[in-house]
Amino acid sequence: MNAVYQTLQTSDNSADKATDRDVSAPLLDIRNLFVRFYTDTGVVHAVNGLNLSLSKGKSLGFVGETGAGKTTTALATLQLIPSPPGEMKGEIFFEGRDVMKMTEPEKRAFRGGKIAMIFQDPMTSLNPIMTVEEQIMEMVELHAAAVNPRERAREMLTLVGIRPERGKDYPHQLSGGMRQRVGIAIALACEPDLLIADEPTTALDVTIQAQVIDLIKKLQSSVRTSLLLITHDLGIVAEICDDVAIMYAGRLVEAADLRQLYKRPLHPYTRGLFDAVPRLDSDPNEKLAVIPGLTPDPTNLPEGCGFSPRCPRARPICREKSCGMREYEPGHFVDCHFPLESRGDGQ
Amino acid sequence: MSGDLPLLDVRNLKKYFKVHEGILHAVDDVSLSIPQGLTLGLVGESGCGKSTLGRLVIGLLDPTGGDVFFKGSSVFTFDPREKSRFRRNAQIVFQDPFSSLNPRMSVFQLIAEPLLINKACRGRKEVAARVRELMDTVGLAERLVTSFPHELDGGRRQRIGVARALALNPDFIVLDEPVSALDVCIQAQILNLLGDLKKEYGYTYLFISHNLSVVRYVSDEVAVMYLGQVVERSGNRVLFQDPVHPYTQALLSAVPTVDLDREAKQKKRIILEGDVPSPVDPPPGCRFAPRCFRRQERCSLESPALAEVKPGHFAACHFP
Repeated sequence: MNAVYQTLQTSDNSADKATDRDVSAPLLDIRNLFVRFYTDTGVVHAVNGLNLSLSKGKSLGFVGETGAGKTTTALATLQLIPSPPGEMKGEIFFEGRDVMKMTEPEKRAFRGGKIAMIFQDPMTSLNPIMTVEEQIMEMVELHAAAVNPRERAREMLTLVGIRPERGKDYPHQLSGGMRQRVGIAIALACEPDLLIADEPTTALDVTIQAQVIDLIKKLQSSVRTSLLLITHDLGIVAEICDDVAIMYAGRLVEAADLRQLYKRPLHPYTRGLFDAVPRLDSDPNEKLAVIPGLTPDPTNLPEGCGFSPRCPRARPICREKSCGMREYEPGHFVDCHFPLESRGDGQ
Repeated sequence: MSGDLPLLDVRNLKKYFKVHEGILHAVDDVSLSIPQGLTLGLVGESGCGKSTLGRLVIGLLDPTGGDVFFKGSSVFTFDPREKSRFRRNAQIVFQDPFSSLNPRMSVFQLIAEPLLINKACRGRKEVAARVRELMDTVGLAERLVTSFPHELDGGRRQRIGVARALALNPDFIVLDEPVSALDVCIQAQILNLLGDLKKEYGYTYLFISHNLSVVRYVSDEVAVMYLGQVVERSGNRVLFQDPVHPYTQALLSAVPTVDLDREAKQKKRIILEGDVPSPVDPPPGCRFAPRCFRRQERCSLESPALAEVKPGHFAACHFP
């Protein structure tokens, strides 16, 4: 079942409906989201009409390169886009409520309490002058008054595989892997409904990455937290996620069930991503297939399909207008006029 | 080049740092060699000493013990003139193109710098011509010549780093995590560039990376490092198909793949417990023993030597 797009089909005003906590209603439902930043050098179109939804208990891999707008989407979900220079348009429903319309106190309770985020860089996302235990306790004190914060902090440290006595350490005394595990401990301390993990393992070594992935998987199945995993690593997505959404230049270009998308990527960009990564089973004598060019400048996006300037299959229509997301086969959505028919097809 | 001497020969190299808590064994008795024209991939996790080793072999650090021979002569006993010749011959590309380039220098100045320092060109015209040539070699458009690093993306910045390394026609280049800071598509571009350069100019590379897939893709031979020591070394194909050291096996199994059969992967996966222990005053015995899933009593008493388990395949394990 594809969770990403189902709401678009079912109903267009599930806002009032979802209040009665329909089980199948998505936990997170982003509709037609635009995020722009007004800067000295022009308007940065970071997110351009994004639709994305995630069901309870599911995990979605949100894949794209630097600058695709993944992190901006996550920050918009948490209402952490500074304005000015940022500007948001669209709707973001979480458990049926539009977070854009929440009051500040509501937003504060919801950040960390309902949705928690693990940031990419464990070196800079922790407070350098607080012990890690205090940082976990801070979260608990803010969002879960009933629990003893110190006990909870120790519990969380144990859960993520750090000896509780290390809680007295400051971030600089811990290794990168341990710091990231502290980040996870903070995020999960209040058992959020949704965990947004922004490149949680990019800064980590392989064996530590394996530990962290394993930890996230275990926690996800025990706590039943939904997961939005932001990454550029298709391998990690294959390990953890149920669904995948590929983002390019502020829009989704393809979304489907993991299996469908990996077996048969339809968008030329998705295919390019798969081909660009050397694998443990690929032929080292073969040249890596490179997508020519660079991701477009977000202050000056191309007309039509954002990928068309780099696309080997682009035809005139691609440069005039984008195709728009469509269901090419059941549960498999793609924004391309000329989707790839099969893996062997194309160039 | 004389006979079949390897271009670079590292023998029992040691580098210890005195730190607050004791002696940090960054590189501890490492021996390896790289034949002319081949690429040695050096894999290991952060803190295993791979970057220290990279800096030692091009003479950026002085060793605590052991020696490095470049074309048969020890790099640590060079007189100043020999040293400067060696420095031209052995170059390094750093990991982070965001911090390894001077932000106040233009692309032209950055690439011209090694030429000017070494007086490699006569006159401005020759420098300008060489800079243009290098930019062309590494695939930087000529119009970028007046740009500054902050105006360029990571891939282009790394191309500048590569151009600087190539400027003096070296024989040997240390690539210290050259693609780790880059996006996958850009990473592919840089890997292809490095491959093309090697084919065209016959460079010898020491390719340092924590990314096994990348190392497999670029290397002829591979050495795996753990806590300052080489634990396994062999030809590329053998090491990836038939690793014998438990650390290598765990490392390989930990790489997330796009393969969808999770259960099969799960069965193969070895998740190591704990972190890499501190390289400060390491205990006797095998350094991997505390995390090893095959350890026996002997492992924590006696340190295994790097021994040839099959022709050309070396491993430091009591129970390979």
